[in-house]
Amino acid sequence: MQRLSEITPLLYRALLETTLMVSISIFFAVLIGLPLGILLYITANPLLFRIKPLNQVLGAITNVIRSFPFIILIVAIMPVATWLTNSSHGPVFASVALSIAAIPLFARLVETSFNGVGRGVIEASIAGGASLMLIITDVLIPEARRGITQGITLTIISIIAFSATAGVVGGGGIGDLAIRYGYYRYDTVTMIATVVALIIIVQLVQLIGDFLTRRQEGN
Amino acid sequence: MAIVLEDVSKTYEVKGRKVEALKRLSLTVEEGEIFGIIGFSGAGKSTLLRLINLLEQPSSGSVSVNGTELGALSGEKLRTKRKKIGMIFQQFNLIESKTVYQNIEFVLKASKYEKKEVKSRIEELLALVGLSDKADSYPGNLSGGQKQRVGIARALANHPEVLLCDEATSALDPDTTKTILKLLKKINRELGITIVLITHEMEVIKEIADRVGVMTAGEIVEESDVYSIFSHPGHAVTKGFVQDIYDFSIPPHIQLNDNSDVITIKFLNENAEANYVNQLYRHFDCDISILNGRIEYIQDMPLGFLMLHVQGEAQEITRLKAFIDESKGIERAEIYAETI
Repeated sequence: MQRLSEITPLLYRALLETTLMVSISIFFAVLIGLPLGILLYITANPLLFRIKPLNQVLGAITNVIRSFPFIILIVAIMPVATWLTNSSHGPVFASVALSIAAIPLFARLVETSFNGVGRGVIEASIAGGASLMLIITDVLIPEARRGITQGITLTIISIIAFSATAGVVGGGGIGDLAIRYGYYRYDTVTMIATVVALIIIVQLVQLIGDFLTRRQEGN
Repeated sequence: MAIVLEDVSKTYEVKGRKVEALKRLSLTVEEGEIFGIIGFSGAGKSTLLRLINLLEQPSSGSVSVNGTELGALSGEKLRTKRKKIGMIFQQFNLIESKTVYQNIEFVLKASKYEKKEVKSRIEELLALVGLSDKADSYPGNLSGGQKQRVGIARALANHPEVLLCDEATSALDPDTTKTILKLLKKINRELGITIVLITHEMEVIKEIADRVGVMTAGEIVEESDVYSIFSHPGHAVTKGFVQDIYDFSIPPHIQLNDNSDVITIKFLNENAEANYVNQLYRHFDCDISILNGRIEYIQDMPLGFLMLHVQGEAQEITRLKAFIDESKGIERAEIYAETI
């Protein structure tokens, strides 16, 4: 019990670090991943903006990044991350790698949710004289809202999982705490505390995500 | 001339094999008419319809709508033209995440409709299709007929000259089909909008079309006014469709020989209501019983069919047939089912 109160400040700090990393990464994942997902979708759809070569190049880049084991990705992009954040460790530094890993993941999830939008609705919009831009903002995104919300939930949870590895570059966070204290130092109490914390966080994210998805169904 | 298709072909490539969906097809639809295209699935009618708003590009040939050659248009100009060509669909294709009001607002937005007038235009359209009380409903909470009404309101929003109907009633029950067809007819008559519809149901053609084209294997094999199609179908495919609607066939227990024959009489126009049967009974020494009979009103003109079982002397039966053949306004009809 005493050990638990000792690690509380550590846990609290780790929680802040995780929150920071997840916030930065999901922000960029949506900011860049959403347009990338849209591009992946429209360049493949003959009704919209099919450019097969562009689609293949984008698809290949997406797949290559997604193939990297996260630990390798972190090391590989270290110079870029250093240049971008002007530092060589810490949660902000780790967020660069996390963002790069999350962008293609989210883009593919967005693309998949667009694939669920009926061909007929798109056809009707084109027949109605709508421009590509209007179809994206007023048909594709609203129709795929649920899928996109679920995609954000899934991406956040994946980022939390990736962030455990961020310890390699001193990223901190709960996962890192679990590995450093719990695993390397055989500190069972800390190990259990961090794992429980992670379970609670993931559950919470999933619950909020499901709630938001369900609220959109309500119409 | 509202719509002119000249020598259009459409070829798809499916797994390296070329499939001809349309074969050098020409068609003219007059301004203000309702033109029906009937055919089985795979006949190419859906492709044909989609050429008229360039949802599909013809492989060769030209398509023009109200004097504008569509092939010459692209980008903004094509979009502007499409606003003048409304389209409704079998599966309605509404945006599920938008209310009825927002669905119509969407196409007005697409045409940069005067902002101040958007609300009154939508209210006007909803009143036209009889859905004024459903403005804030989502498509998921509407019946099929109501969804199609929204589809119609959306298609009419930008004051189109032409309305394309892609199997618009095929997903609806018979009663709803009738009310939707009535609405389409009203739109045609009151707003003067040219309508092109495709269907596989002769009932739809009978109900609203002025002229009809019968399609099979990428070609229009027969084209004429609706009454003629029903009274004198020429092509085997047409006969099949007409037969479907009458559902006349010779009962199997009836024996056909020199002294027993089945004669189907076709009454055209005003003769459909005249009493020829009386004369047959009076002037011929035969036993005549009625097997089947029906009068259809096609564009308000009656077309009657009467299937009779005639028994008697061979000579008398021959005389009866000759009488029918000589009488004006009635003729012996083939039983189409046997010719298919």
